[in-house]
Amino acid sequence: MFEDFFNVVKKRFNDGEEEYKPPMFKCPRCQDTSPLSKYEELHRVCPKCNYHGRLASAERIAITVDKDSFRELNGGMKGADPLEFPDYKEKQAELRGTTGLNDAVITGTATIKGSPAVIGVMDSRFMMGSMGSVVGEKITRAFEYATENGLPVIMFTASGGARMQEGIVSLMQMAKTSGAVKLHSEAGGLYISVMTDPTTGGVTASFASLGDIIIAEPKVLIGFAGRRVIEGTIKQRLPEDFQLAEFMYEKGFVDMIVERRKLRSILSHLLKLHGYEQKEA
Amino acid sequence: MDEKKTAWERLQLIHTKGRPTIKDYIPQIFTDWYEMHGDRLFGDDRAIIGGIARLDGTPVTIIAEVKGRDLNENKACNFAMPHPEGYRKALRIARQAEKFHRPVICFIDTPGAFCGVAAEERGQGEAIARNIAEFMTLRTPIISIVLGEGGSGGALALGVCDELAMLENAEYSVLSPRGFASILWKDASREQEASEIMKITAEDMVSLGVAEAIIEEPLGGAHNDLDKISENIKEYLSQKIPEKCKKDIDVLLKERYTKFRKIGAFIE
Repeated sequence: MFEDFFNVVKKRFNDGEEEYKPPMFKCPRCQDTSPLSKYEELHRVCPKCNYHGRLASAERIAITVDKDSFRELNGGMKGADPLEFPDYKEKQAELRGTTGLNDAVITGTATIKGSPAVIGVMDSRFMMGSMGSVVGEKITRAFEYATENGLPVIMFTASGGARMQEGIVSLMQMAKTSGAVKLHSEAGGLYISVMTDPTTGGVTASFASLGDIIIAEPKVLIGFAGRRVIEGTIKQRLPEDFQLAEFMYEKGFVDMIVERRKLRSILSHLLKLHGYEQKEA
Repeated sequence: MDEKKTAWERLQLIHTKGRPTIKDYIPQIFTDWYEMHGDRLFGDDRAIIGGIARLDGTPVTIIAEVKGRDLNENKACNFAMPHPEGYRKALRIARQAEKFHRPVICFIDTPGAFCGVAAEERGQGEAIARNIAEFMTLRTPIISIVLGEGGSGGALALGVCDELAMLENAEYSVLSPRGFASILWKDASREQEASEIMKITAEDMVSLGVAEAIIEEPLGGAHNDLDKISENIKEYLSQKIPEKCKKDIDVLLKERYTKFRKIGAFIE
């Protein structure tokens, strides 16, 4: 970004007529543009249409949990290559370098306005948040940890679905995570699933859809099959609002649509309503 | 057993006209078959059938994905691609099995869950997720057999079980090789190449810990000898069902969870 700015400045010196233009954000939903600074100030919400853009996991954690309360679980876990798939190892190494992430989910414990919880945040920058062994294992362990310690779980989902490069092994992560959710549920634990952009494929068809309470951010994509796949099947264009959070809410698969700026407060209320109160010091 | 075929050759084989479907197998393997209909919520999906029958005289519950043997049958069963109500019917029938202490036998044979507007509207993702989670703790033994295609979440919705068997030429995959090539390489025509690197064969499933058994097919494939392949499936079930039924259910459930729990490859 700094480099862009520098180029703009340089250009101005060379060509006095051209006006300085601040970097802009073009919304993928409404296609309208706004200053990038405004979009970032709103934690990546479109000022024009209220589309809730994709957040890096670190920023999501920062705006959700109490300051300095996050303790990461299994942070060092990295992907292997179960199918010996061409270029997969290299792809992972490259993404670890560019994103600073080890894989597509961060899990840990934290407090939200004092209430303790296990938190998982998927990050779409790492192979579209796809679920392979690392995502499956970390989410499973997060639920198992919560079950053992009597904690609620809050999952922020963002995923294109299964990790293709892990083939059938990635499909089995759906069974693994869903099984862990079920045991957590049978032990009486609260699970809140927060669907963010995009929540699709094998993640929708497993732990994301199993929350006791399912929250979605406005206008985010939620679905099982991809839009292009469905359009290919039915040979016609789908309406614009198909598979948006509001559509899934209307169809009865989402309990509430909550704006990002209100999410922390609502999560805190829901935790307290289920008896997860601040521990006495 | 045949010489080992490549994944691609097997894919051709399971799409051969005349490959037996569940409708061929039921009268060969079971007696007293009574089909049950509907999910009690929306409708009756013909892509999944379910009901009660006897295996060696013992009542069992059967849940199966249905492929058609000709175009008319295929239209009726939507080419074995279930809608949410199919998965919900499966769950209803599985719950009934649990109540009456009948073991459940699932037959998987699907290219995948149906991808369409109505399927999305009725919660395809939720329906599959619910089955996976509920089957994990269903308090009765579950054996699943992949007859031909085991495609994606649509297969896994009937695939959470105590033991999974593959017919020798059956495949199980995260996505069809065609879809896989189209997603990963933006080129569906590379499906043969995809099939060879995806690890989708019965032997791959056993080595990855996804399947426990391979049921041998007659020379040239199941379609060459329906009696023989039915006999092989029956022999497998007649051994496994009593074995699983003898186990303490809590031990069985723990083993079921562990079977899936240990699948995955990572470094820490």
